Amino acid sequence: MTQADDTLVSVPLHSVAHGRAGDKGNRLNVSVMPYDPAAYAVLAEQLTEKRVLELYAHRGATNVKRYELPLLPAFNFVIEDVLEGGVNGSLNVDGHGKSNSFILLGMQVRVPGKFVRAVKPAKRT
Amino acid sequence: MANVFRVGNCAGFSGDRVDAPAPVVDTLIELGGPCAVFFETLGERTVALAQLEKRRDSQRGYEPMLERLLESILVRCAEHGIPIIGNFGAANPPGAARVIARLALRLGMPELKIGVVYGDDVRERLDPKTHEVYEADTGLDMGGGEIVSANAYLSAKPIVDALKAGAQIVVTGRTGDPSLALAPLIHHFGWRYDDWARLAIGAAAGHLLECGAQITGGYYYDPGYKDIPDPANIGFPIAEVDADGHLVITKAARTGGLVNAQVVKEQLLYEIHDPAHYITPDVTLDFSQVTIHEIGNNRVEVRGVRGGAAPQKIKATVCFDGGWMGEGEISYAGPNCLARARAAAEVLLERLKLRKLAVKARVDLIGIASVHDGGGGTRWRTYEGGEPQDIRVRLAVSARTQDDADQAAREALALYCCGPAGGGGVRWSTTPRIRTQSYLMLPSDLAPGCRVQSAAQIAK
Repeated sequence: MTQADDTLVSVPLHSVAHGRAGDKGNRLNVSVMPYDPAAYAVLAEQLTEKRVLELYAHRGATNVKRYELPLLPAFNFVIEDVLEGGVNGSLNVDGHGKSNSFILLGMQVRVPGKFVRAVKPAKRT
Repeated sequence: MANVFRVGNCAGFSGDRVDAPAPVVDTLIELGGPCAVFFETLGERTVALAQLEKRRDSQRGYEPMLERLLESILVRCAEHGIPIIGNFGAANPPGAARVIARLALRLGMPELKIGVVYGDDVRERLDPKTHEVYEADTGLDMGGGEIVSANAYLSAKPIVDALKAGAQIVVTGRTGDPSLALAPLIHHFGWRYDDWARLAIGAAAGHLLECGAQITGGYYYDPGYKDIPDPANIGFPIAEVDADGHLVITKAARTGGLVNAQVVKEQLLYEIHDPAHYITPDVTLDFSQVTIHEIGNNRVEVRGVRGGAAPQKIKATVCFDGGWMGEGEISYAGPNCLARARAAAEVLLERLKLRKLAVKARVDLIGIASVHDGGGGTRWRTYEGGEPQDIRVRLAVSARTQDDADQAAREALALYCCGPAGGGGVRWSTTPRIRTQSYLMLPSDLAPGCRVQSAAQIAK
């Protein structure tokens, strides 16, 4: 799905950006980097602390802080109290929350089509 | 870049690929020039699991794959003057040193100099009642369990001291992960311990490398979106640092994976809170002005890392006995499997109530919602997508006693005959749990140091 134009499309963040999650105690951080640095501004408008908190509310998140790194460009979201006490207290299969970057990457965003990553079909074996 | 020192990473966690070290060492030898390798195999709770292991057997409690990790590289590293540094001592650095000494004797190297760093074990020095709780951990419930382990994050200095004393391999317990890579750089370049700008480059190199294949395409790989070559044979990373503070990330030759700007960015922010204040025991890092530049094939330069003073206080992680976890799983597949799996989940929760077991429980429907779900199971209860064909029901409980955890987990086993229809493939288990909380200590609370002896002396 590629549209080399400015028409707005609704897509999962995963089509526009990549990221990674890490844990420290009961705190999760999720980084988000747009594939095209030019998408940083439009993502900055939509990836608000409030919307990200809503995405993790069902996991008990209490606060989200967004750090901006426009030179990379990247965002770093620090999400509090989302790991059910952390890797040692959680009953989640994934106590580290390592898979939780893909909660944020599943968020719907509305961006110009030119920012959507062209996908190569995954190889089947 | 002139006067380059290379640091290779040979393991990013306890459980990493045991055939990763050889290509890193091969590459460093081919490139020539001064270099070192490090292993990071000690996660936040790995040390507590190691401590439990040491309780069962006082000779153990170190990295279980230690011999396998070192066997293919120990001789060549010694022959080529490549120091090996690793926190594979875990809860028992002297025990790990004995294993290395015996391996060295077997490989014909009785003179191998082995350094052991001590002083991270602070069980006698830390009082959870009086020491300050690390801010990310305030409000955690420790459940009143007894202390299993208490380990402070030591700085690079004891490792540097061991290298100065001629150690060819340095065994540590808990130390700052980036310190493992920073130490040989301090030793080689003679950096001062308050040269924050240069220490920051070395610590950044350590931070970027400490998770192994996470910066060479492994954890980055997302088929169709972020493809990598040969994912079954990913090369581990190598950092190049020069006297002026240039930092380049590359990887072992003739291996899979890749090093590009995207993967370096992902790892730069991994487990980071405020990117302008990333605290390590040696230096406070500021990544806010960092830029990433692809300068060649699998070569990425990291510019703009800045450093500030090391923290006044030292972080120490305390592990408490956390009771037991019980887990039981059963699979449902084919027609109407979602309804059968949901019914099984509700039956399990009702059974725990009927039996009045003292447990906290959660149920997952693996294939519908599990790792992304909250403890209450809202996602699998409200799921309205397509009809799946294969679901695994998982019950997990925490309990004070192993018996309660086991009795709860066995409720999944009982579903074999008690239904719903077509359940199969039950597995159930209990595992001891550890809870961790971090505290802040003063440098004067600690007395770290190192001891360097030959393999022959240690093995005696």
